Amino acid sequence: MLIIGLIGAAGLGFLYVRFFIQRRTPIRYAVSSVAAVGGASVTPFAMGQCGFAPETTGVDRLLAYGLMAVGAAVALVIVRSFFDRRDGLSNESDAFAGEIRSGGYRMGWWVPWVLLAPTLAILVVFLYTPAIQTFTLSTRLTRLGAPRSVDVCFRNFSELLVAEPWRLVAYPLIAIGLVYGARFWLSRTSPGTWSRRGADLATIAAALSVFIALYAMFSPGGGGNVDFRAVYLTTVIISVGVVVVGMTLGLAVAYLAYRSLRGGSAYRTLLIWPYAISPAVAGVLFFMIFDPTAGIFTHAMESWFGIDVPNYRESTLLAQTAIILASSWKILGYNILFYLAGFQSVSLDQVEAAVIDGASPWQRFVKVVWPGLSPITFFLLVTNLTYAFFEIYATIDFMTKGAPAGDTSVAIYEIIRIGVNNGDLGRGAAQSVLLFIAVIGITLWQFRTSGRRVTYGGA
Amino acid sequence: MMGFNPGVRKRTWFRGRDWPYHIALIVTALGIAFPLLYATLIATQNNTEIFSFKMTPGSALASNFESVWFKRDFAGAMWNSTQQALYVTTGKTVLSLMAGLAFVYFKFRGKWLVFFLVLVTLMMPTEVMILAMFRLVSGFGWQDTMASIVVPFLASATGAFLFRQHFSNMPVELLEASQIDGATPVKFLTRVLIPLSWNVIAALFVIQFVYTWNMFLWPSLIIRDESAQVTQVALQTLTNIDGALTYGPLMLSAIIASVPPAVVFLLMQKPFMSGFALGQDK
Repeated sequence: MLIIGLIGAAGLGFLYVRFFIQRRTPIRYAVSSVAAVGGASVTPFAMGQCGFAPETTGVDRLLAYGLMAVGAAVALVIVRSFFDRRDGLSNESDAFAGEIRSGGYRMGWWVPWVLLAPTLAILVVFLYTPAIQTFTLSTRLTRLGAPRSVDVCFRNFSELLVAEPWRLVAYPLIAIGLVYGARFWLSRTSPGTWSRRGADLATIAAALSVFIALYAMFSPGGGGNVDFRAVYLTTVIISVGVVVVGMTLGLAVAYLAYRSLRGGSAYRTLLIWPYAISPAVAGVLFFMIFDPTAGIFTHAMESWFGIDVPNYRESTLLAQTAIILASSWKILGYNILFYLAGFQSVSLDQVEAAVIDGASPWQRFVKVVWPGLSPITFFLLVTNLTYAFFEIYATIDFMTKGAPAGDTSVAIYEIIRIGVNNGDLGRGAAQSVLLFIAVIGITLWQFRTSGRRVTYGGA
Repeated sequence: MMGFNPGVRKRTWFRGRDWPYHIALIVTALGIAFPLLYATLIATQNNTEIFSFKMTPGSALASNFESVWFKRDFAGAMWNSTQQALYVTTGKTVLSLMAGLAFVYFKFRGKWLVFFLVLVTLMMPTEVMILAMFRLVSGFGWQDTMASIVVPFLASATGAFLFRQHFSNMPVELLEASQIDGATPVKFLTRVLIPLSWNVIAALFVIQFVYTWNMFLWPSLIIRDESAQVTQVALQTLTNIDGALTYGPLMLSAIIASVPPAVVFLLMQKPFMSGFALGQDK
C-alpha cells in the first residue's frame, strides 16, 4: 500500500515538471520524481508506517496518503525554487538575498554567532522543540504526568473528522472549484455590469463555501468521535464576531476622531487606552456588567424596559454576544490607533478631487478613503484574528468558562480543557495541530497578499 | 492633523460647526470608558449597596482594599508581575539588539538559514504548542518559579526584525567612522546604535511590557502556588472571598491590576506612536 503512494508521488514529480517547469530535461524529470518520493516518504517512515498497517482503514488511511501528498508537494516547491534559480527566473531569492546582504564587520566568524546564540537557543528550546513535540504528541495516547504512552497513529485526528473518506476528498475539491470558478467569472467581467455584480456575489458565495466545506469535513460526533463541528462553529462565530464588531467600530470612531479638533491628542488618549487593558480584566469588567443578579445590564433591562433577561451563561446567543462585546471592547483601542495612522496615508488630493466631482460624503468614503485604507485593514484583519484565536482565552475563562454546553468554548479553550483539565495530551495536541495549520494558512495568505510581516502582539 | 474632508480645514476660522463632533467624541469616549467607570463605582461598594443598584459611590472602598491587598496578598501578585514584566522586557530588548546587530553589521555563512529560522517563528504563536511546552517546562522542574514565566519569552522575532530594520536604515558612515576609531561591535552598539534607537526601544518596551503584564494562559498553567502567582491569574481567586461572591474587591483588584500597563502606556505614548509608525513601514 505504501508502494502505491510512493509510485503516485513519483508520478506527481514527473507531471509537475511536464506542466509547471519551462526547461525540461530528462535529469530534471528524474530529480523531481526522486524529490517527490523523498518528500512523500518522510512522514510514513517517521511514523513507523503505521498508516499502512493492515488494520488501518478509512479516514486514517486517507490521512496517511494525504500526508504523503503534502510531503511531496513541499519537496516539489523546493525543487522548483532550485530550478528557477538555475534558470535565472527567480527574483524571490534575490529579494531574500537583499534582505540579508548587508554586512560590514570582518571579525572572527564566531562574533555574530555569539550575538545570535541567546536568541537562537531560546527559539530552539522553547519554540521549535515544543512545536515538534506537539506533532509527535498528536499521534499518541498519553496522560498528563504519566511516563507511558501508546502510539495511536492517526486516531486522534480521524476522530475529529467525518467518518466517510469520500467526503474529505469531495468537499474541499468542490470548494476549491467554486473559488476558482468565481475568480474566472470575475476576470471576464467589467465593472458596472450586471455580470460583474453576479460575479461579485459568486465570489462571496465561494468564500462562504470554504467555511461550509470545512464544517462538513469535521466530525458531527457520535460513535466515539468528538463533536468537532461544534468547536469549529463556535470558533468561527466568535472570531468573526470580534473581527467584524471590533474593526467596524474602530474604523467608525477613528473616522470621527480624525478631524482637526482642539484637544485632538487628549481625545486620542481617551479613545485608545483599552489597548493597555488585559483580556482577563476585560472579562472581569464585563462579568460585572452582565452578572445575572448584580449586573447593571440585567437590572436596566428589567427596570427600564421590563425585559426579563435570562442568565447569559445559560443562553447560547447571549453568552456568545457577551464574549464578542467584551473582546471587541478590549481590541477597539488598538484598531482605532491603527486606523488613525491609516487615515494619514489616504491621499488628500484624491479626496479633494472627489469633492469637486460632487461625490457625497458616503461615496467619498466608499470610493476613495476605504480603498486607501486597505493595507491597514488587512493588517488589522490578521492581528484581530490572532487575538480572537488566542488572547480571548482569559476573557472566556472569566465570563462563561465555555458555557452553555461548550457554546463559547473556542478552539484554544477546548485545547486546554482536553489537554490540561482532562489530562488527555494526545487529543489536545491533535486539536493544537489543526489550530497550528489555521495560523500557518492565515500567515502565508498574509505574506503572499501584502509581503508584510505580522506581529503577534509582540510574542 | 488635517482632515481629508477639505471642508474641515475651513473650520480653522469657522469654529461654529465643531461642536457636534466634540459632543460625538465625548459620548464615544464615555461609552468606551463605561465598563471601567462602572467597575470603579462597584469597587467602592459593599454587596448590599451593589444589590440595591445604588449609582453613587459606596462606603466600602477601604474595606474592599483591605481584603484585596492584605487578606489576599494582591500586593505579592503585583510584585511577581512587576518582576516578570521587567525581566522579560529587559531581556527581550537586549537579545533583540544583539540579534539586530548581527543581522545588519555582519556577513557570515548560514545567515540566510538563521534569518529564516527567526522569520518562521512569527507564525508559531506559543498558544498552539502550549501543551507540549507545559510538559517540557514541567519536565525541567520549573513549576512555580520565576524562570518558567520569564525564560521562554526572552527571544523575540518581532524585536529582532524591528531593530534589524531600524539599523539598516541608518547611514553606513556611522559604522565606518566607528571602525576607524577602532570601536568593538559592543562599543558601537552601546555608544552609537542605542543612543540613536531610543524611539524603537521605547516602542518595544511598551508593547512587551503590556504583553507580559497581561499574560494569562501560560502562568495559569505553570504556576499553581498562590504566592508565586501573577496578577492576571490572581484575579481569579478574588471572585470568591470568605465563601461568597464579592464584586467590590474583584472590581478593585481589576482596576489595580490595570494601573501599571496603563501608566507605562500613557507615559510612553509619544515614543510608542513614533516607534510604531516606524515598525509599520516595510
